[in-house]
Amino acid sequence: MPTVSVKRDLLFQALGRTYTDEEFNDLCFEFGLELDEITSEKDIIIKEKGEEKAKGASDIILYKIDVPANRYDLLCLEGLVRGLQVFKERINVPRYEKIIPAQGEGQRLIITEETVQVRPHAVAAVLRNITFTKERYDSFIDLQEKLHQNICRRRALVAIGTHDLDTISGPFTFTAKAPSEIKFKPLNQSKEYTASQIMDLYRTDSHLRHYLHLIENKPLYPVIYDSNGVVLSMPPIINGDHTKINVNTRNVFIECTGTDITKAKIVLDIIVTMFSEYCEKPFSVEAVEVVYPNGKTHIYPELAYRKEKVKPELINKKIGISETPSSLAKLLTRMCLKSHVIGNGNNIEIEIPPTRADIIHACDIVEDAAIAYGYNNIQMTIPKTYTIANQLPLNKLTELLRLDLAAAGFTEALTFALCSQEDIADKLGMDISATKAVRIANPKTAEFQVARTTLLPGLLKTIAANRKMPLPLKLFEISDIVVKDPNTDVGAKNYRHFCAVYYNKSPGFEIIHGLLDRVMQLLEVPPNEQNGYAIKATEGSAFFPGRCAEIFAKGQSIGKLGVLHPDVITKFELTMPCSALEINIEPFV
Amino acid sequence: MIATGSWRQRPFKPYNFSALGLPPACGHLHPLLKVRSQLRQIFLEMGFTEMPTDNFVESSFWNFDALFQPQQHPARDQHDTFFLQDPAEAPELPPGYTAKVKKVHAQGGYGSQGYKYEWRLEEARRNLLRTHTTSASARALYRLAHQEKFTPVKYFSIDRVFRNESLDATHLAEFHQVEGVVADRGLTLGHLMGTLRQFFTKLGITQLRFKPAYNPYTEPSMEVFSYHKGLKKWVEVGNSGVFRPELLLPMGLPENVSVIAWGLSLERPTMIKYGINNIRELVGHRVNLQMVYDSPLCRLDA
Repeated sequence: MPTVSVKRDLLFQALGRTYTDEEFNDLCFEFGLELDEITSEKDIIIKEKGEEKAKGASDIILYKIDVPANRYDLLCLEGLVRGLQVFKERINVPRYEKIIPAQGEGQRLIITEETVQVRPHAVAAVLRNITFTKERYDSFIDLQEKLHQNICRRRALVAIGTHDLDTISGPFTFTAKAPSEIKFKPLNQSKEYTASQIMDLYRTDSHLRHYLHLIENKPLYPVIYDSNGVVLSMPPIINGDHTKINVNTRNVFIECTGTDITKAKIVLDIIVTMFSEYCEKPFSVEAVEVVYPNGKTHIYPELAYRKEKVKPELINKKIGISETPSSLAKLLTRMCLKSHVIGNGNNIEIEIPPTRADIIHACDIVEDAAIAYGYNNIQMTIPKTYTIANQLPLNKLTELLRLDLAAAGFTEALTFALCSQEDIADKLGMDISATKAVRIANPKTAEFQVARTTLLPGLLKTIAANRKMPLPLKLFEISDIVVKDPNTDVGAKNYRHFCAVYYNKSPGFEIIHGLLDRVMQLLEVPPNEQNGYAIKATEGSAFFPGRCAEIFAKGQSIGKLGVLHPDVITKFELTMPCSALEINIEPFV
Repeated sequence: MIATGSWRQRPFKPYNFSALGLPPACGHLHPLLKVRSQLRQIFLEMGFTEMPTDNFVESSFWNFDALFQPQQHPARDQHDTFFLQDPAEAPELPPGYTAKVKKVHAQGGYGSQGYKYEWRLEEARRNLLRTHTTSASARALYRLAHQEKFTPVKYFSIDRVFRNESLDATHLAEFHQVEGVVADRGLTLGHLMGTLRQFFTKLGITQLRFKPAYNPYTEPSMEVFSYHKGLKKWVEVGNSGVFRPELLLPMGLPENVSVIAWGLSLERPTMIKYGINNIRELVGHRVNLQMVYDSPLCRLDA
């Protein structure tokens, strides 16, 4: 969930009133936001770098507000204020207007064929006669960063560039060139570099190095030029220094390039709808003509308004309320979805503004009506759905066995399903290839290399962590292990295992054997080879030679028991003998 | 002594009644799994049937795509999810249904605009360790949709899920998810809230408040908050919502069927119940067995 940090006093000024922290928290809660933290720049520096570094830092109070991941229109102070003011019916939702300049007077962005292989899409718009202040400018930069981190997927899908239009002259060309052929002065640098040198320059940059991989191995890098060959940007890495905007910039050229055209359009719409508020003619945006390699043209930003019709009874029925059609229309209007009743009250017509790309289905409209109504005002009712409960047979058996194993004097352990390859193979004297283990591709540490194929390592590690406890230690676990199985739809399968260990000064094989007999007694399996259970001498790499038996029941091998091999005991950092038992309990369901 | 009656003449040393007795030799159940038993019991009391959840390995298809979670969603990032190297891909996805899921993502349908992006089969086939048991709920709903005739159901599950997260006092790479699902004709948001109130009351949590939230697969969505008397603030205790039509209709469920669902972790209420602050003291091989030996009965409503 993205977090937006805003200055409290600035927020209250824009909202036209002040709130106590608690009042504002309640307002957020009602609207689906979360006042996550109340802090200040000074507090943040103290927390991260210590008291010393924080000297002189600002102690203006900041609100950190968690915003739902699909509400890009609430990612800056401007959007938050607009959303809350409309919600509280203090202002009407503004109408965003696209101004198309007269023929030949507008800006054009020409996309060349070379971009296809690396970053095929581009959209653009102009904010004309804008008035920034320090705060507005900071918010403008911050919104771009928030969008980059969220909907733009760290610039992989979309990258935003904003430029001082008065420093350049169109038409602009979006093309792709070999890195050696691109040369310009990157933002806030003092000299020119080639694209290859820029990549080296930012390899250690704490921020930009995360984006290098997006184009690094491509033969051509994307680049935008003006008509005089001035570089606007090399997306998705860096803008040129030449077109840098500042607080005094009056005309802003905004380009969004990317690999996903839908998201590029949304991002552009969000930026211009949020900041056109500060244009000479508020909420108006100058359009840019984009020319595709095939000669076709398109006007951006889209700023599309879409109309949906939803029946009032559907909204009432889905929420469990009974509001009049006009009251529902009013609720929706408070969520920036301008609505009115049509067709003698049979229908509500809802206008979805360009800021609300998250509204893709009637269910999204229903939710907004419910939020405006107030979730906590909805009458709670119990569904009449009549059903008979059933347990899953395997879990029912597990529950029953657990109780009787504890009654037999064994204590239940709860260990991880993920572990190191070493735990399930090397430490048990086996080769990993013999385990059929499922292997994880991206583990952060060795503890998550594989899914366990046996419960034994987890129990032995539990004992190792509890060596100070009085002996004997008698532990069990009933849980799932995972093995590869090409006959299932995902290629792997769980099995429910039961494992028990006895750790003491003497191996206690008879105790583990006795536990097996007790479990079979509980399962009503008699001790005989024909239709019951039997154990037969075998060898196992984890067991001491001559002290291992295979367990047969229901006509199949279900597991092993025996005295653990001293090497196994040592590798699990244990010092005493130990006997163990592990079986698959699924045949007994 | 009893037989001869000699005890009548013998003097006896007085007992020290202020000392503790000898602890009985016994086995113990793990506190987290005691809470699991109680939660199963609560669901059974409420008429919920247990879903199968016996596959930790899941395809991206069932874990994300079937739940209408777009392929560029951050949760599908390497940073959040354990993907598998072997078996890297699911051999089989349900053919007709997969085509419908592809269409609703890429182009929309069923009254939806869709996400309008290029949906890739290879991405859907990528295997992972399930990040939520909602993948198992999706499979259960798909089976329900393929019954000859729709019948209302109440389902639950409690099982392990996996996240490739940074570990700290409240986060482990694996935890247990508790999930409840009700599918019936004409269910409302009010029904969801009513069901949650019933459920949490049985858990001993009575003061509830609902906050609008965003989940990719539910709309409306609501987070459940309860007032924590110790912390003197509202804390999140669960997440819930109404499954999106883009999820239900491609499965083939009838159009007037609504599905309400909620989920919470098993660890969090257990930590609150047993006063444990660090999750590593509750789950895994490093737990102190003395804690297991000493843990009281799990009486949630007490």
